[in-house]
Amino acid sequence: MHKLTQRYRYSIILLKQLVKTDFKLRYQGSTLGYIWSLLRPLLLFATLYFVFAVFLNIGRGIPHYPQYLLLGIVLWNYFAEVTGGSVAAIVGKGDLLRKINFPKYVIILAGSFSAFINLLLNFIVIGFFMAMGHIGLTWHALLIIPLVAELFIFSIAVAFFLSALFVRFRDVSYIWEVILQAAFYATPILYPLTRIPHRYAKVLILSPMAQIIQDARHSLITPHTQTIYQVYGGDRWIWAIPLGVTLLIAVLAAKYFRSRSKYFAEEV
Amino acid sequence: MEPDEEVVIRVENISKDFVLPHEKANSLKSLFTGAAKTRGKGKETQHALKDISFEIKKGEFFGIVGRNGSGKSTLLKILAGIYQPNAGKTYTKGKLVPFIELGVGFNAELTGRENVYLNGAMLGFTRQEVDSMYDDIVAFAELERFMDQKLKNYSSGMEVRLAFSMAVRADADILLIDEVLAVGDADFQRKCFNYFRKLKKNKKTIIFVTHDMNAVREYCDRALLIENNKILDIGKPEDIAQEYAQLFLDNDKSSDEDDGQTGHNKRWGTGDAKFSKVNVQQSGDKIIITTGISSRAAIERMIYGVHIFSTNGSELTATNNRMISAPDISDLAEGDEISLTWEMLNIFNDGKYFVTLTLVDSVGTVFDWDNEAASFIVKRPQRSTTPIMPPISVETQLVKKGERKDRSHD
Repeated sequence: MHKLTQRYRYSIILLKQLVKTDFKLRYQGSTLGYIWSLLRPLLLFATLYFVFAVFLNIGRGIPHYPQYLLLGIVLWNYFAEVTGGSVAAIVGKGDLLRKINFPKYVIILAGSFSAFINLLLNFIVIGFFMAMGHIGLTWHALLIIPLVAELFIFSIAVAFFLSALFVRFRDVSYIWEVILQAAFYATPILYPLTRIPHRYAKVLILSPMAQIIQDARHSLITPHTQTIYQVYGGDRWIWAIPLGVTLLIAVLAAKYFRSRSKYFAEEV
Repeated sequence: MEPDEEVVIRVENISKDFVLPHEKANSLKSLFTGAAKTRGKGKETQHALKDISFEIKKGEFFGIVGRNGSGKSTLLKILAGIYQPNAGKTYTKGKLVPFIELGVGFNAELTGRENVYLNGAMLGFTRQEVDSMYDDIVAFAELERFMDQKLKNYSSGMEVRLAFSMAVRADADILLIDEVLAVGDADFQRKCFNYFRKLKKNKKTIIFVTHDMNAVREYCDRALLIENNKILDIGKPEDIAQEYAQLFLDNDKSSDEDDGQTGHNKRWGTGDAKFSKVNVQQSGDKIIITTGISSRAAIERMIYGVHIFSTNGSELTATNNRMISAPDISDLAEGDEISLTWEMLNIFNDGKYFVTLTLVDSVGTVFDWDNEAASFIVKRPQRSTTPIMPPISVETQLVKKGERKDRSHD
């Protein structure tokens, strides 16, 4: 254990300092500061709530639809923040890379952690709304921990891959922006999965993001959520697909990032 | 001081190439279209280092010198682990801290205090470790009153002071120092050099990249000269400094022909009489400039002069046949030729000098004005910062306390 901390000592020191710096700089100069971390998803939530729940009434039939919607948005925002933020992260630190040798993964890890702190703050807001809506917690709520872990791994894996790819191909940032937008609508965030044809639902739910969001809603908000388990008619093994995809992307991204990171300094 | 025999850095057959795409294929489109069209044509391999091998022992102060573009900075970055070599291996023992630049990671939007912690982390210090030396850092940088101000409000001098104050804390066995440390005002330089002396006393291993041969002579135990991406020599600082100077001399000869082209612009006059080829020799403590004048028309009362300029363009000395009352050949008939030999005491310091020849007459006609007609390089083992070094001697007389009375009489 001591040997392990010794080996990663420099990475840990750097990671702490970069996360701290990132947080300090994020809302610097804004009057409300950190409150924006909470205000941003809330305002987005309010807009979407009025459009989709009140005017279009898409959420009928789902108990606690506002909380259901908010949780989906918060989880998706985390994914979008981590991946969108890290695309240019390596290139953005190019000046540093050319001056000193340090473990490059720390840059991505730091971005991921500061987004994670944001996520935790947002969970406080969700908790507040859940209390308001008299949503009781069961033991099932504990499932949120492995689900958040899966979200963390999936997001950072995509981030590693994108940031390394961006060093060589600067189109990646534009492409990812479009993909992210499309994926937002391809994921059952605004609409319940029951409202789209079953054969499409069967495909959409296979994406790790859809699986995570629906499982999280199932465990925290309402058992009336269509999870991957229900879409596939009670086949436990179906979870292997999104989990397998997450794992596969994580391994491939780590390998790719590792092999490229040696050349970041001369390529950025 | 004899360095320990323990090898702390070993470099074995390092080579480094940079692949420079002519038009960088950093968009996906050019990846697809470019790959099909110009396979292998759009790239150019630039050799930055070729087959470099050397060893550095513990406690050595090792200089790396070379001209711009010779590859010395690439070598330093490979030693620092910033670049990966294409071939070969490096081996380092102990904690290595590079100073390619001072204040790595400094962020203008953060306060001085926050930057100390950030830069500290870059150097591998935990928060607690920075806490314990924070006061010393601030005191050394003399910035007590400014630590809660943002770095963007610092003057560049203040920023360098803070960065340097951090750098001297670096707890390393091996330090890689690029010439960046040698910038700054006189006061800062003095601090740097004091720091170097302290490092040397503490038997730290230091690798120092520089252009400054004085620093090499003063601090280094050994030095490496790199030229055209290869090691030219490794040896005593004195020899390396001489060889380094020689590089510029060789370069001068090879580029003489190019100068011939531009030389026409620098040369003007009526052409009624012209200087022939100029030759500068150094013999003993003399500089001998030989040339000739040939006339194409009759000339009366000509004045031929010589000027010596330093590389920065200041005129160090000048004279002509009138001023030194030369033997009176001042009138030439058409077709006459005379030979000239200027001889002067070599009072010039280490460096390169340019000779300008002028041929005019007493009413102001310019026959030939040949700017930088020739150049010469003077090499001296000791060097001061002044352009000239005439022989100066000093006589001293010790006056004892008891004898002072006698002196006060006169």
